[in-house]
Amino acid sequence: MTGANGGQAGGLFHGHGARTLFDKIWDMHAIVTREDGETLLFVDRHLVHEGSHHGFGKIGARGARVARPDLTFGVADHYVPTRRAGGVADPGIRGMVEQLSANTEAAGITLFGLDDPRQGIVHVVGPEQGLTLPGLLIVCGDSHTSTHGAFGAFAFGIGASEVAHVLMTQTLWQRRPKRMRIHVEGETGPWVGAKDIALSIIARIGADGAQGHAIEYAGPAIRALSMEARLTLCNLSIEAGGRCGMIAPDETTFAYLRGRPFAPRAADFDAAVAAWRDLASDAEAVFDREVTLDAADIAPVVTWGTSPEDALPVDSAVPDPASARSPAKAAQMRDALAYMDLKAGQKLTDIAIDRVFIGSCTNSRIEDLRSAASVLKGRKAAIPGLVSPGSSAVKRQAEAEGLDRIFREAGLEWVESGCSMCVGMNGDIVPAGERCASTTNRNFKGRQGPGARTHIMSPAMVAAAAVAGRLADVRRIVESA
Amino acid sequence: MEPFKTLTAKACPLPLANVDTDQLIPARFMKRSRAEGYGEVLLHDLRFDGDGQPVAGFPLNDPRRQDAQILVTRRNFGSGSSREAAVYALADHGFRCIVAPSFGDIFSSNAVNNGLLPARVEEDEAEALLAWLEDGGETLTVDLEACRIVAGNTVFAIQIDPVWRTKLMNGWDDIDLTLSHLPAIEAFTAADRRARPWALPVRD
Ligand code: SF4
Repeated sequence: MTGANGGQAGGLFHGHGARTLFDKIWDMHAIVTREDGETLLFVDRHLVHEGSHHGFGKIGARGARVARPDLTFGVADHYVPTRRAGGVADPGIRGMVEQLSANTEAAGITLFGLDDPRQGIVHVVGPEQGLTLPGLLIVCGDSHTSTHGAFGAFAFGIGASEVAHVLMTQTLWQRRPKRMRIHVEGETGPWVGAKDIALSIIARIGADGAQGHAIEYAGPAIRALSMEARLTLCNLSIEAGGRCGMIAPDETTFAYLRGRPFAPRAADFDAAVAAWRDLASDAEAVFDREVTLDAADIAPVVTWGTSPEDALPVDSAVPDPASARSPAKAAQMRDALAYMDLKAGQKLTDIAIDRVFIGSCTNSRIEDLRSAASVLKGRKAAIPGLVSPGSSAVKRQAEAEGLDRIFREAGLEWVESGCSMCVGMNGDIVPAGERCASTTNRNFKGRQGPGARTHIMSPAMVAAAAVAGRLADVRRIVESA
Repeated sequence: MEPFKTLTAKACPLPLANVDTDQLIPARFMKRSRAEGYGEVLLHDLRFDGDGQPVAGFPLNDPRRQDAQILVTRRNFGSGSSREAAVYALADHGFRCIVAPSFGDIFSSNAVNNGLLPARVEEDEAEALLAWLEDGGETLTVDLEACRIVAGNTVFAIQIDPVWRTKLMNGWDDIDLTLSHLPAIEAFTAADRRARPWALPVRD
């Protein structure tokens, strides 16, 4: 057993070698490492939501207590209604929201509940409230916890047994993952954003391409991204199978964090920034795998199938299973085409859409809403749709900017914040057989409701699809003004 | 947890790739408590049609595959949502081992925490096992001690993280082990507070 404390442990594992950003953060959190290679890591922030009830149930069954309620924060998001007038009608759904309130209250955990002005989707609220900081280890019983890596944090999703473990001990056993660096060189073209970059990466390496790896995103196209865009990119790391995704903190990160409610203040903030500046991969650090993309090659993309790896530039056609690289892949493609009711060779822009959804922890921050609104301004949606801002704070800001009016005037519904149609747990679903253009992260079978067909894309591309009533290239829509 | 050493049992083929946890347990069933059981809703929307009738030809509905305890499937099984209920659904249905070329990371650790073995094989081996089952093969032996699967006259090596293998073979639970490290956790916390004063949330 090797003890390892407070950030000096790196040399124990890598000789005198240079370290990656991931390794630096890992080493800061290592409490003990067993002979077999598993390390007990300290958890800085544990975020819980309605779905964490199994974890609370497990510690209740043991008669145990929450070890660090001060480092645990609750958010009501997965089950909350997006039309709040009249409370929560469905008793099953109301039960989930009430159970979270009861569990957090009993343990003394701060909750951003249904009526709290800070309420929103957990991965939008964490950054917004300054709970997410560089160098932290953040867990949540939700796979898109990878989002928080945008700040240079090590953030990952865990299951209910692990939620119970963290509640009881504020620690978690992990094996150090491999490290992968994804460079995005050059500059993106107009209307190409983080969603297009992320989906292009997943299409390239596969939905399991980063399994067992911690991803670090680097390169000029990544540096150029705003905090909101970085959150979108890191959010989708899990759709490439990554353990986590991260971006080294820089001036963009520090500027975003200054003045956030739970972030360090005044001189403490400056001291923190000085410490955070060390959070970057050393120049000679070695990665287990390197992938490079050129941003100039990335076009606005949409998905056609039932896995996020089924992404293609919008100006291409539905692929032919006959051209698949293996029989297993061909079978997967045939299955996806059957579910999506599409034919090989069909032009993507010929696919008619029934409704749109703008929301989810992937793309519902203020910039996303501005981008969608800039396409919809002065235009009408040909099909119905729902716009759910990522947090109640985003909703207020969007309303102050008049974005809600643009959405409403285009014919879309403007509702409250929550996971909503991303997962359908609150009852917002896409009817069976309908096709939805979504800013979400998963085009899985039935994700937005049984039999629902999902095409994922950026907020601007969803807005374009709304205007055209079919998949459309946003660049054509805005040119046609 | 019940230790996993060797298992000789019926196997069920599931010739699909990317079977994500949303399919293993659709979101609308996740409000139930564990005591209510999740087995009947495993792969619900693939197994049953809109009227709740079993879909003919879906492998789990095949009379020959009832009581199967081993599932053989394609790549990226258990990707997606971290919902541990996906593992509960498999375990409550009676599965003790899943064989696939790759698994979602979070799914794998959830599986191990519930005594369910995620056994990795090469992609061509998974295809061979699926073909063998389609050709009438029924019973497989999974030997975790020797890290192999026996299908008729053929033997395949399985890959599993050695720590997970030990945990599964002993039926161990992490929490007891962690509690034995409480003094180290306390020492870490005290030193860390000095090393990273910025890491605590600031409250009024
Ligand atoms: S918005 Fe969707 S992906 Fe994000 S936390 Fe909610 S359910 Fe999960």
